Amino acid sequence: MSKTSLRTSPAEGGLGDEPLLAVEDLHVEFVTRAGIVRAVNGVSYSLNPGETLAVLGESGSGKSVTAQAIMGILDMPPARIPKGEIRFRGTDLLKLSDEARTQVRGQRISMIFQDALSALNPVFTVGWQISEMFRVHRGMNKRDAMAKAVELMDRVRIPAAKQRVNDYPHQFSGGMRQRIMIAMSIALDPEVLIADEPTTALDVTVQAQIMELLAELQRESNMGLILITHDLGVVADVADKIAVMYAGRIVENAPVYDIYRAPAHPYTKGLLESIPRVDQKGQELYAIKGLPPNLLDMPTGCAFHPRCPYRQDNCVTDAPPLYGISGARNSACHYWREVLDGDPR
Amino acid sequence: MATQGERILEVRDLVKHFPLTQGIMFKKQIGAIKAVDGVSFELNKGETLGIVGESGCGKSTLAKVLMALERPTSGSVVVNGRDMARAKGAELKRMRRNIQMVMQDPYTSLNPRMTVGDIVGEPFEIHTEVAPKGDRRRKVQELLEVVGLNPDHINRYPHQFSGGQRQRIGIARGLALQPEIIVCDEPVSALDVSIQAQVINLLERLQNEFGLAYIFIAHDLSVVRHISDRVAVMYLGKMVELGKDLEIYDRPAHPYTQALLSAVPVPDPEGRESRERIILQGDPPSPANPPSGCRFRTRCWKAQEICATEEPLLQIRPGTAHLSACHFAETHDVVHAG
Amino acid sequence: MSDTPQAGPAGPDTQTLTPETAPVAPPSRGRRRKKEGKPASLWTDAWHDLRRRPMFIFSLVLIAILLIMSFWPSLFTSINPLDARTCDLSTARQGPSAGHLFGRDNLGCDVYARTIYGAGNSILIGVSTTIITAVVGGLLGLIAGTRGGLTDTVSSRVTEVFFAIPQILGALLITATFRDKGLGIWIVVIALSVLAWPMTFRIMRAAVITARSQDFVIAARALGASQSRIMFGHLLPNAIAPVIVVSTINLGGFIAAEAALSFLGVGVQSPDISWGLMIADARSRFLEAPLPLVFPAVFLSITVLAFIMMGDAVRDALDPKLR
Repeated sequence: MSKTSLRTSPAEGGLGDEPLLAVEDLHVEFVTRAGIVRAVNGVSYSLNPGETLAVLGESGSGKSVTAQAIMGILDMPPARIPKGEIRFRGTDLLKLSDEARTQVRGQRISMIFQDALSALNPVFTVGWQISEMFRVHRGMNKRDAMAKAVELMDRVRIPAAKQRVNDYPHQFSGGMRQRIMIAMSIALDPEVLIADEPTTALDVTVQAQIMELLAELQRESNMGLILITHDLGVVADVADKIAVMYAGRIVENAPVYDIYRAPAHPYTKGLLESIPRVDQKGQELYAIKGLPPNLLDMPTGCAFHPRCPYRQDNCVTDAPPLYGISGARNSACHYWREVLDGDPR
Repeated sequence: MATQGERILEVRDLVKHFPLTQGIMFKKQIGAIKAVDGVSFELNKGETLGIVGESGCGKSTLAKVLMALERPTSGSVVVNGRDMARAKGAELKRMRRNIQMVMQDPYTSLNPRMTVGDIVGEPFEIHTEVAPKGDRRRKVQELLEVVGLNPDHINRYPHQFSGGQRQRIGIARGLALQPEIIVCDEPVSALDVSIQAQVINLLERLQNEFGLAYIFIAHDLSVVRHISDRVAVMYLGKMVELGKDLEIYDRPAHPYTQALLSAVPVPDPEGRESRERIILQGDPPSPANPPSGCRFRTRCWKAQEICATEEPLLQIRPGTAHLSACHFAETHDVVHAG
Repeated sequence: MSDTPQAGPAGPDTQTLTPETAPVAPPSRGRRRKKEGKPASLWTDAWHDLRRRPMFIFSLVLIAILLIMSFWPSLFTSINPLDARTCDLSTARQGPSAGHLFGRDNLGCDVYARTIYGAGNSILIGVSTTIITAVVGGLLGLIAGTRGGLTDTVSSRVTEVFFAIPQILGALLITATFRDKGLGIWIVVIALSVLAWPMTFRIMRAAVITARSQDFVIAARALGASQSRIMFGHLLPNAIAPVIVVSTINLGGFIAAEAALSFLGVGVQSPDISWGLMIADARSRFLEAPLPLVFPAVFLSITVLAFIMMGDAVRDALDPKLR
C-alpha cells in the first residue's frame, strides 16, 4: 500500500511545489556511554530532480549521518531520530514500515561511498554483484541480469566490460572500483543519488574522471545528486547549491555562485579564506582558530562562537536561527550582514 | 643562521626496486616493482622542494629512502657531503640527526602507549649526546611551546588530542634534534580543512625561525604551491618536471603536469563551464611493468612513435626555462586559460 | 643554524592554538591526574590506574591469600595432612564436624587441611607454567615478529610441529619418560610448558606484526632507535595485552591439566597433595560424598577466576585509551 503510494508518478501525485527530496528539521542523536551525542541538530535541505546539492562540512559536522538517515542505514540503536521528517516525493520516509523503506532504499534513493573496496564483497565477481540488483529487485534470471551488468559497466565506461565482468573487485584499480559502485547504485534508475566523499580516496586525475562521469549520468537520467564532501574545489566545480554544515547544523545554504562570491557565515568565510591562493604566496594563511567543538559538550548559543571573529555577546547565549537573506539564501549568523560586507579579513 | 642557498642535500640517480618474489621458504625473484627509478635533485638550506604526484608515483618510497628507512637499489643520497645511502651504524645514526620527518597520519604516527613527553623526548633518549639527562624535560616543554601546545600537557597521551594537535606533536618530535632537513610526507592531508591552514602556517613559521629545509610531499597542488620554492612532478617512479613553483604552475611543459593541474578543482565556480579540463583516460600503469620509452605515453595525447622507443630525459627543453622530460614539451598555461 | 629552539615570538596563531582537550576525547572520568609536574610513563600510569580498580584490588587480595596459603599452609590449619596419622580410615567420608569443617575424604583425612596444603602444588604448577610460557613464548614471538624473514619462518614452522602434538598425550609422554629423574612436581611444569609456549608465541608474534607496520615504529626507526628500543619500547607495550589475557586464561587450563595428569597417575604423586589429585581421588565416591570433590573444585575455580580478573584489569590499565 505504501509501496503503491510511492510509485505514483510525480505528475499525478499533486506534488506542486514539493521538492523531490526534503529533509525537514532532522535530529539524530547517538546514545553512548559518555552521554548523548547530538550529531544532527535540526537540519533541513531540499533537492529537485536534476539538481546537485553539495553538503559541505568537516569530520563530525553530521553531513554523513544526515545522508545515512535519508538512506535508512543508521544503526538504531545507538542512533535515534527524535524529531524531523525526510520526505521523498511527499512521503515521510521515517513513517514507512521497514518493508516499504527497503523498497525505496537502493531503488529510488541510492548511495555511493568513499571506500569502494570495502563496499564491494571481495568473494564475488563484480558482474555477479551488479547483476544481483536485477535478480533481487527485478526478478531477472541470471543470464539477463548478467547482460544488464555488462551494459551498466559500459555505461560507467569500464573498458572491455564484457571481458572484465567476471573479475573480482581486487583486480580493479581504485577508480574502476568506484565506477563499479556507481554502476550498482544507478542500476535501478534511482531518482536520488547520494555520493558520500566519492572521490576523496582517489587521485586527482581519476577524481576528475569520476566527477565527469557522475555529471554525465545525472544529465542522462535527470536524477537529483547529493554530494557530500569537504573539498571546496569539488563543490565549486559541480554543485548547483550548497549547504554548509557545522556541529550538526546547517550554518549557511545558498546557490553556489553566491556563496563563493560572498559568504554570509563566518565559518564559510573562514574556510574559503584558508585555501592557499596564488597571490598569498609567502604570506601566512588565514586560519580559523581553535578546534571543532566536542559534540558531547557543545558551546552555548552559536556552536561556532568560540572560533568566530565576528562574535558578540549574544552569540554566546542565543543560538541563531537560519536567517533568510534573499531568495534561496540563508545564514545561521546573527551578524550575517557584517559578514557579507565585512572587509575581507 | 647559515647562508641561504648552501646545498645540503644532493640526490643522484636514486633507484629503489622492490623485488617481487614467489615461494615461502625458497624465494625466487620473478620481477620488481620499480617504485623509484632514477631520480636526481638537490636541496638548498632553508628551501622547500615540493614533490607532487599521484599514488604509486613513488613519492612515499622516495621519502623512505631519503630517511634511510629503505636502502636504495642504487644511487646516492648525499647529506652535507656524505652519502647517507651507504652509511651504517654510528655514522648513520649521527646523520639522522640532520634529517627528520613528519608523517601523514597523526593517529598512527604516535605510539598510543607513550605520553607526549616520552614521544617528544624519545629523540633525546636515542641521541643522548644532544641534551644532558636533567635538561631533557625542559627541552621537551620548550618544543611543545614552539609548536603551539601547552607545555603542561606533557603527561597526556596522544588520544587526548585532536588530529591537528597530534600533528603538532609529530612536528615537535621532528624538531627535537634540530635537523636541517625535514621530510614532510603528506603532513596535512589527513586533517580537516580548517586545521590544515594552522599546520601549514606553523611549518612556515618554523622554517623561518630555524632555517629548515623541507621536502614537502603532497598530492594537494594548492598546498604545495603555497609552501614550495621549487616543485618536482613525479610519474611512475620518475621525475617528469622540475622547476620553480611559478614555472611549474604557470608554464607547465610536460603533458602530465598540465593534465594534473587542469584536473584540480578550482574553489571558485566562476567560469566553470568554460574552464579547460584535460581529463586523462585510464589509470597509471603498474610500476611492476612500466611502458617502454616514456612512461606517460599510454595516457598521453601527444604520444608518437619516438615516445615508445626513446626515454625522454629530464632536461631543459626548447622554449622552456626549466627541466622537463617530454619529447614534445611545450609550455601551456592550463590554470589561467579559458 | 640556530641553537636550542627557543619559544619563538608568539606567532599570530600561537595564541589561537591554546590546546583544549581533544573534541572527541571524553573528559577523563574519575581519574585525578597526578601533579602535572611528575613525568609519567605507561607503567607508572598503569599502576596508578590499577590501584583505583576494585576488581583489581579484590583479585589481588584473593591471590595474596592463595599465595600465603601456598607458602605457609600451617597458618590456616593445625592439622598436617602430610602426616598419615591425622587420617583415620574409620571416619572415611564423614560429613563436616567441629574439628573438620569440610569433612573427611575416602581415606578419612581432613578435607580442609588437604585443600589448604593442595593449594601450594596447584598454584605453583599453574603460575610457574604460565610465567615460563609467557616469557619464553612471548620473547620468541617478539623476536620473530620484529625480525621477520628467516627467523620468523623457521620459528613459525617449529611451533607448527608443536601444535600437531595432542596436549595431554604429549604431556603424558614427557612425564612418563622423566618421572624417575627426581624432578618431583617440576616435571609437570616442564611438560606443560614445552607444549604450551607455541600458543603464546603465536599470539605475541601476530600482535607484534600488526604493531610493526604502524607509523610510530617507522618514526622511531627514522630517529635512529636501536632494535632493542623498538622491540621493548614500542612493540612490546603495544602487543602485550593479548598475551596477558591469554596467559591468565591459560593459567586455569594449566591447573586443570595438572589435575588431569595427576588423575592419570603421571602428575603429582601421592603422598604429595594437589587439588587435581584430590578431585581425582574423590571422583569415584562423588555421589555418596560430594564434599571432598566440591571443596578443592571450588578453590580451583576461585583461583582461576582471581587470575583472570587480574589479567583483565591489567590489560585495561595498559591501554591508555580506556582510561
